[in-house]
Amino acid sequence: MDDTDRTRLDQSLRCGAVILPPVRVLRAAPILLWLVLGLPVLAGLAGVFAPAFGYMPALGFVAPSLDPWREVLAWPGFSQSLRVTVVSGVLATAISVASTFLIVAAWQGTRSFDWIIRALAPLLALPHAAAAFGLAFLIAPSGWIARGLSPWATGWDQPPDLLILNDPWGLSLIMGLVLKEVPFLLLMTLGALAQADSLRSMTVARSLGYGRIMGWLKVVAPRIYPQLRLPIYAVLAYSLSVVDVAMILGPTRPPTLAVQILEWMTAPDLSLRLRAAAAALVLLGIVCATLVVWHLGERIVARQGRIWAARGTRGVYLDKLLAPCASGAAVALGMVVTLGIAGLLLWSVAGLWQFPSAFPASLSLRSWIAQAPMMGGTLIRSALIAVVATALALAIALFVLEREYRSARPIRGYAALIFAPLVVPQIVFLPGLSTFALLVGVDGTLWAVTLVHLIFVLPYVLLSLSDPWRAWDTRAGLVAASLGATPARVFWVVRLPMLMRALAVAFAVGFATSIAQYLPTLLAGAGRITTVTTEALALSASGNRRLIGVWAVAQMALPVMVFALALALPAWLARNRAGLRVT
Amino acid sequence: MRLLLIAAALALPVSVNTAMADGPDPAQWDAVLTEARGQTVYWNAWGGDERINAFIAFVGAEMSARHGVTLEHVRLADTADAVTRVISEKAAGRDSGGAVDAIWINGANFAAMKEQGLLFGPFAQALPNWPLVDTDANPAVLIDFTLPVEGYGSPWAMFQMVFEYDSARVPNPPRSLESLGAWIAENPGRFAYPQPPDFLGTSFLKQALYGVLDDPAVLLQPVDDTTYDMVTAPLWAFLDEITPNLWRQGRAYPANEPALGQLLADGEIDISFAFNPGRASAAIADGTLQDSVRTFVFDEGTLGNSSYLSIPYNAANKAGALVLANMILDPAVQARAQDPAVLGFQTVLGLGRLSPEDRARFDALDLGIATLAPDQMGQALLEPHPSWMTRIAQDWISRYGVGQ
Repeated sequence: MDDTDRTRLDQSLRCGAVILPPVRVLRAAPILLWLVLGLPVLAGLAGVFAPAFGYMPALGFVAPSLDPWREVLAWPGFSQSLRVTVVSGVLATAISVASTFLIVAAWQGTRSFDWIIRALAPLLALPHAAAAFGLAFLIAPSGWIARGLSPWATGWDQPPDLLILNDPWGLSLIMGLVLKEVPFLLLMTLGALAQADSLRSMTVARSLGYGRIMGWLKVVAPRIYPQLRLPIYAVLAYSLSVVDVAMILGPTRPPTLAVQILEWMTAPDLSLRLRAAAAALVLLGIVCATLVVWHLGERIVARQGRIWAARGTRGVYLDKLLAPCASGAAVALGMVVTLGIAGLLLWSVAGLWQFPSAFPASLSLRSWIAQAPMMGGTLIRSALIAVVATALALAIALFVLEREYRSARPIRGYAALIFAPLVVPQIVFLPGLSTFALLVGVDGTLWAVTLVHLIFVLPYVLLSLSDPWRAWDTRAGLVAASLGATPARVFWVVRLPMLMRALAVAFAVGFATSIAQYLPTLLAGAGRITTVTTEALALSASGNRRLIGVWAVAQMALPVMVFALALALPAWLARNRAGLRVT
Repeated sequence: MRLLLIAAALALPVSVNTAMADGPDPAQWDAVLTEARGQTVYWNAWGGDERINAFIAFVGAEMSARHGVTLEHVRLADTADAVTRVISEKAAGRDSGGAVDAIWINGANFAAMKEQGLLFGPFAQALPNWPLVDTDANPAVLIDFTLPVEGYGSPWAMFQMVFEYDSARVPNPPRSLESLGAWIAENPGRFAYPQPPDFLGTSFLKQALYGVLDDPAVLLQPVDDTTYDMVTAPLWAFLDEITPNLWRQGRAYPANEPALGQLLADGEIDISFAFNPGRASAAIADGTLQDSVRTFVFDEGTLGNSSYLSIPYNAANKAGALVLANMILDPAVQARAQDPAVLGFQTVLGLGRLSPEDRARFDALDLGIATLAPDQMGQALLEPHPSWMTRIAQDWISRYGVGQ
């Protein structure tokens, strides 16, 4: 069956679905999306637009003016900051996408691929800040690599005066971002592959004499890219506006725009808040412009790619050339993260550990014992918030997707809605939103934090769920319906079990997203609701590697466990259903 | 569009009620204690130091045992977060029942809040423990960065900048700004300061300004635009000279005080500095700094300032916050803060005003291996007017903060 056939079948099926009376409540789905995603972002934006144009009555600024904009443009670091923001964001995204494709192209369907997925998936759960600290400890001049080589290979008995971290080109920042984005994109790709009939396509391509990588790029990549588009945009927007990783690894003279905004926003000189608001809108503009350019780039690649694919180059030699690169990329990624985590763990139990010793002079559990009393409650609270937010998000996501399926109409502005909280940087709209929460009087409660988390959890859950959901082979539903099943029964008995793996991954992604939230927790929780992440970042101000180690380990423990479950549970449930296996 | 307008209307109320809610009267202390019992006080304080966090937990245990007040430490990454919080609440018209009950504050944050009328008070002089504060010996606690505190903050610890050096590598530390400059030239890459506008980094600039000026009195006045360039010219000349020989040739700077301390601990630099004279001893005591580190001050004196506890105008638990303000002036608590194994902070209390057994608590304290004796601390220089801090930090950014 070719694509046209499939589309026709889809359409006829959906027409059939329309004839079935849609459940009334499902009509509320668009409103629900608006309430959870659209409204908070708009409220937050309103709260930043006014100060950007000189209006902030609480501080006595009531005369509209363009001064905040002039100040931003007159800031001496403006052009450099802009450049490093765009370059690091775009490069990090491009490298992440390329590495992901390379790894999947070289290895999909092999035993190593399973192993890679199993090894890299937990990295998705690793909070960005923890990964950044792990990397920093590894590559710093006083880091583990330098210690391992000193003094016998390098002759250094004190750390070399080299600018590695916080380099002005943003290279270590790019590295830190790639470390986290490749696992995310790999998991998204995995979801897409399961529905793209990729293995059979590859068999055909291989039988026509295509090399593994060339065949994958020509046959599978074009089919899965549309499903990966939204996750890639999210990665791009995130990389352009990230705060925590950029604070740890990014350049400082000047910093990226997002970090500079945070500095202005938290400066004791309150009038700088106006400038921060204007700069936030500049950042929003940069994110939008970069997305548009990326989208245009996609079209060019697609057009050239068609010509390239039609030429029929088999590219068998490519495998020899690129397969080592792919294994190199995966191994390097795994090594860096493993060593980084090991470094964090070791620091958490280290006594005095001076350069150039490769290992601490003594070990002690003192940091853990000191932190233990407050850690238990914080872990439980964080998990509770994450479970409730993710469960809500999953319910809403299924509700929305089922509404879309049964009414055979996409929800208007669907993509824009789920994108709003991801594309509009947190630093842009959250301060305004917290004012809103104050007005309603819900700030500082567990519910406020959970609901604000929902704003960020729901898009990621929808992102990871909607493509597998839509790509579900509707013939299964048709067969069930022809056997007399109601739409509800099709949903519960056929569709959910078939998509169990996607559901589990979506839950794990949502859970990890909630655990990693810093600004939303801080602002909605009024500082009263603390999670492992707010504690970890507050302590990270100390630069104390022992404390950072303790809290980074605590912070990653929860999502890593949930991810392990998410991968193991569906496989176990599907152990007797050969058709649901993904290889 | 309509949604947007509604959201805008809700998010930005035009009318802001600045009238101060009536709070408890600290002069009626028994009433304060009665009102405070059962309250939960949210103390917003920097959470970046394990030792400070443990100390605050100890204060909380005391509050609960003695007065039935629960203390929650809201761990801030930056004090300005709490200021932002209060401003947002004011913007939202929440003039009572605010989330921030007490803030650990000084300098520009204090100046901004006091100027904007965001503080409750005056209350400090009415606290029962206030008579123990030695304002004769330490008149500086009444003035924060040249601004009179006027009872809107209760001083609870005094700080003075000290330089920390690794005596294993630097046998004779440079005891003036001039000799520090020469030492940096001889030892390239072994000195750093946090990147302004960080508090400690900007403080180093002010310390340097004191060192290069013939008449530092001008620093106690607000910045005068007509003389500013002339006054600061020698500062920039000094920085131009040392920058190529700084850590990383001045192409990167540590972010803040803990990051600077970490560089010393990692052996990346040989001389650093801090505002807490007891920091080095405390860090050596808990095994995070090599025990060869010692401290010194400049012959011309080093900057001194105090930390305050302030209460926002809209705090929900003002009575509990007052109990906290009084509690941290308690001799037993102050002695614990001064213990080098705990914090090593300098007390604001006058030892002559204490009962014999309270004085004994302080006499029993050991200074700590790296801490200077009080008579070795030299002169504490007054903090310049806050406008200097803002202005030189801003200038530093355009001169050194963006050049790559």
